[in-house]
Order: sequence, then C-alpha cells, then structure tokens
Amino acid sequence: MTIDWAHFTPWASLLGGVAIGISAAMLVLLNGRIAGISGIVGNLLAPVRGDIAWRVAFVAGLLFAPAAFRLADRLPAPTIDASYPVLLLAGLLVGAGTRYGSGCTSGHGVCGVSRLSPRSLVAMGAFMLSGFLTVFIVRHLLGGAS
Amino acid sequence: MNVLAAFAAGLVFGLGLIVSGMADPSKVQGFLDLAGRWDPSLLFVMAGAIGVAFVAYRVARSRTAALLGGAMHLPTGGDIDPRLVLGSLVFGIGWGLAGFCPGPALVAFGSGQDKAVVFTLAMLTGMALYELMERRHARPNALE
Repeated sequence: MTIDWAHFTPWASLLGGVAIGISAAMLVLLNGRIAGISGIVGNLLAPVRGDIAWRVAFVAGLLFAPAAFRLADRLPAPTIDASYPVLLLAGLLVGAGTRYGSGCTSGHGVCGVSRLSPRSLVAMGAFMLSGFLTVFIVRHLLGGAS
Repeated sequence: MNVLAAFAAGLVFGLGLIVSGMADPSKVQGFLDLAGRWDPSLLFVMAGAIGVAFVAYRVARSRTAALLGGAMHLPTGGDIDPRLVLGSLVFGIGWGLAGFCPGPALVAFGSGQDKAVVFTLAMLTGMALYELMERRHARPNALE
C-alpha cells in the first residue's frame, strides 16, 4: 500500500470531521433528530405533515454552505472525474441504495457507528466493501477514471 | 427555533464537508482506491465526527425530550436484513463510481457544479423510484 502524501490532509479532515460531529450533536440535542442526509432528503419525497420544515431547513443549510465558505476563503474546486452517463447511473444507485439500505455515509457511517448500532456497522461494512471493489474494478481492471 | 437550529446544523455539516475535503469526489475516490495511491483522509473525517457524535448520542439517550422541546426521534434498532445489506452494497457501487454520497452531492450542487447537479438530480430520481416501489408494495391491489 502506497500513501498519497500529496493529497493526504489529516488535520483539515479531522477538523472538518469534528464540525460534522458538532452538526450531528446539534441536530440530535436541539431537534431530537439523526443527521442522516439520505433520510432527511428522501423523506421529503413522501412528505408527512408537520415533518417537513426542519428537513427543508437542514438541506437549505447544506446548499448554502459553499456560499458561506466563500465569505471566509476561496472555495476549493471539486474534481469530478466521472463522465455524465456514469454520474447518471451512480446517482440512481446512490439514491435508491441509500433509501433501500436506510442510510448513507452520514446516517450509518457517522451517526449509527457513534451509537454503536449493529445495523449501521454492517451497512458501513457493506458500502465500504462495494465502494473499494468498484474503484478497484474501474481503475485497475478496466484501467479508466470511470 | 427548530427550523433555525436545523438550518444551522445543515450549514455546519456542509462547512465540515468542505473543510474536510469530502465535498471533492476525487478525494473520496482516493480513499476508496486501496490498490493505487491511497489517501487516508476520510478515516480522519470519520474519527473527528464519531468522536464528537459518540458523546452527543450518549447524552441524547438519557433525554426524554430535545432541548427545543420536541420529541427524541432515535432509531429503535431492528434486524440486520437483506434490504440493509443489499441497499448498502448498491449505494457503495454508486459511491465508488462517482465519488459522491448524498451530503457532498448536495454541497457541490449548492456550489453550482454542472456535474454535481446531474448527479444530484439522478440521486433524487433514485430516491423517488424507491418511494414509488415502496408504495406499490404497501398497497399491492391499488393499481389493479
């Protein structure tokens, strides 16, 4: 295994992670809710009266984050290697998969693991495994950048 | 107040994703590429987030109401069933292909990136398809 020292950002990533943890703490202590993005967004597609406003507000906060960051610093431009057809397919898989599996990297990965939920530990093992395998197949067997 | 708190939580979450580098799909794929030049940054994001959230959920578990007065909506557990595993495996394939999971996709959507917009719309379509399928399962005779 070779570490990519040029891109490895331990301190910034730890700091950003702490912010994500603080967000999860705010949402559970103030609102009594779990910070799982796929669930927060997905349940807006089958809305239940009285359970809409906080979801819209949380998503609005996420969407506003780049603009807020720009007030303080230059926004780092993301590199999206995947082609448009691959992004379409990947989006469908992420959308359906996270709803079918009841969570994503935030709901299972951060919140569920923090609660020591056996379901979330299994879910995280599953999506990490298929994520590792997918990147291996695309980059090292098919030899492309997807 | 509940709505303001949720907005603030979403904003802090999004800023965390940007600062940590996780709003950048190439960095996420760098973590998933164990056989290439590996970027372990995502592990540090998880460590930071879980370290804080672990304490918060310990506190939350002992509370009967949220600080702003609402009820606590904590997951009640449930079985490790095929849905959980299959859904998560499918999610991981999409995650590996694009380097996006739902949070970073929404943040990149918010910054107006064309490719992020396409991914996010496809993701919302996938979520809507799930809702349609669930509804059909819940009422098997509804369409006959």
